[in-house]
Amino acid sequence: MLTEQIEEIKEIIIGSRVYKSIFRRGFEDTPKNRVLAILGNVFLHLHPPYVKRHALKFTHSWCMGGITFLLFLVLCFTGVFLCFYYHPDKINAYRDMKYFEYDVPFGVVLRNMHRWAAHLMVITVWLHMTRVFMTGSYKPPREFNWVVGVFLLVLTLLLSFTGYLLPDDQLGFWAVTVGTNMARATPLLGHEGPFGEQLGVTAYNDIRFALLGGSVVGGNALLRAYVWHCVAMPVTAIIFLAVHFWRTRKDGGTAGPL
Amino acid sequence: MWHNIFKIASKPDNIPIVGMLLLVLFFWFLSFWAAFKNDRIRRAAAGRPRPEGEKSKGDVVDVIDFMYPEEEQGLPKKVNCWPHLVKLEFICAIAVMALLMFWSIPIDAPLEEPSDSTLTPNPSKAPWYFLGLQDMLVYFDPWIAGVLLPTFIIVGLMVIPYVDVNPKGNGYYTFAERPFAILVYWFGFFVLWVLEIVIGTFCRGPGWMFFWPGQEWDPHRVVSEVNINWNEFLANISGITALKTETAGLLLGILTILAYFGLGMALPYLWLKRQESTIIYRLGLIRYGVVGFFFWTMMALPIKIVLRLVFSIKYILVTPWFNI
Repeated sequence: MLTEQIEEIKEIIIGSRVYKSIFRRGFEDTPKNRVLAILGNVFLHLHPPYVKRHALKFTHSWCMGGITFLLFLVLCFTGVFLCFYYHPDKINAYRDMKYFEYDVPFGVVLRNMHRWAAHLMVITVWLHMTRVFMTGSYKPPREFNWVVGVFLLVLTLLLSFTGYLLPDDQLGFWAVTVGTNMARATPLLGHEGPFGEQLGVTAYNDIRFALLGGSVVGGNALLRAYVWHCVAMPVTAIIFLAVHFWRTRKDGGTAGPL
Repeated sequence: MWHNIFKIASKPDNIPIVGMLLLVLFFWFLSFWAAFKNDRIRRAAAGRPRPEGEKSKGDVVDVIDFMYPEEEQGLPKKVNCWPHLVKLEFICAIAVMALLMFWSIPIDAPLEEPSDSTLTPNPSKAPWYFLGLQDMLVYFDPWIAGVLLPTFIIVGLMVIPYVDVNPKGNGYYTFAERPFAILVYWFGFFVLWVLEIVIGTFCRGPGWMFFWPGQEWDPHRVVSEVNINWNEFLANISGITALKTETAGLLLGILTILAYFGLGMALPYLWLKRQESTIIYRLGLIRYGVVGFFFWTMMALPIKIVLRLVFSIKYILVTPWFNI
């Protein structure tokens, strides 16, 4: 009785103009519809209509690239919500963290998820690289996509690093101080690096100054980290991701150029 | 004994490192298991006739064919992406989201006191994924450990596909067909990168001093280290005091580094030539040089670690502008 009613409702829905306008394919499980399900969907069409059977196995791909992309999406999503409450200046930044902790609805879970997803993404990127190496998937014709992947790896680390400073607590402050102190020692461009002094580079015009917007990790550094973290680097990463996915498809798909 | 190590390991920001170590070990096992299995199947399948009705497209296709278990031999090689792949992606996404949820609810992201530039924590550490680089600071000056070597890591990773001329092992797990590539990768990734992170997290205490796991982090511990430079070391063992001068140090340093890279590239070349290996011809001189340079630059880290820890040698080359 109930099943009949559900069937009736289903018929009405899949026969309606609204459904047909959205999906533009039949509902029946036919080979043609299976292909159209992929080709007719902007989010799925990066997949080929068919994949090699062995590529489906967990032991082959470890799902690592997909998990990394999922974590990137989670980070974008939680990051937007964090942006609603966060002010990148020395007076408010730390208070906003306390605000998340005590006042913002689900603020703690939001911040936790953003942080743990970021850490997890660093790990999954490394594991994805390891898997690609182990299956030799950087070999022709996919050499260039490996290079794009290295860019994405570096971007992931830099995104994580710039985000580390934003809570403006002791942990982030000193981690970024230690990290950017290395830039002092850049050959030619850092004031403590080889030949920096001879070229007239000081603490006020070297590469570390450019990174921090000052000679110490202060308000300007916070603002720069914020803009890199929330605008410049995610946009760059999205562009590289688009190329990475497109090339994966064009160069032969998940299971190689066979 | 284990109290201290547990205290460090259970710090919220260090949980990912423990997780990473387990994950890396698991996937290490998984990938080598798959590689050895494929190699075994390949050996067994050598000379076996192809499944009927299919034309051979070369060696590589054979491997994939025989990798399928007996009962799947007759099935089509390709399947629909919808629903077979999309379904798996969906399940995987749900599993990861569930994990993330269960991780995010009970374990809070760390938040310490407000930043204070006058209050330096001891030890002050970089984010965990850069601890390998920070630990290299013990063995190299900042311009090498913090700038040059990271750049070399990035560039070195990028050149991998262009210097690996071995056409085998493209798209499937194997060890027997590319042992050198795989061993070098795991040495670089696991021993140098992952283990350096683990050492940086668990073994580096106040003053960036080395503490064994479980040893109490005593901020007042004093370790007297008398580090000497390469030329002083040579002067001490040979008894020639003239080697201790600055000029001799400069010349000896340059000679040592040139000899290191020169012999490092020449000896394998001669050996391969004697073995009548075709690898050097396929590589060509430029690619061989690139591989040699990055390989020996990578090996400089473990060599420098041994020199420092066993022989207390600090610098190989001392110049007025920089030291190596």
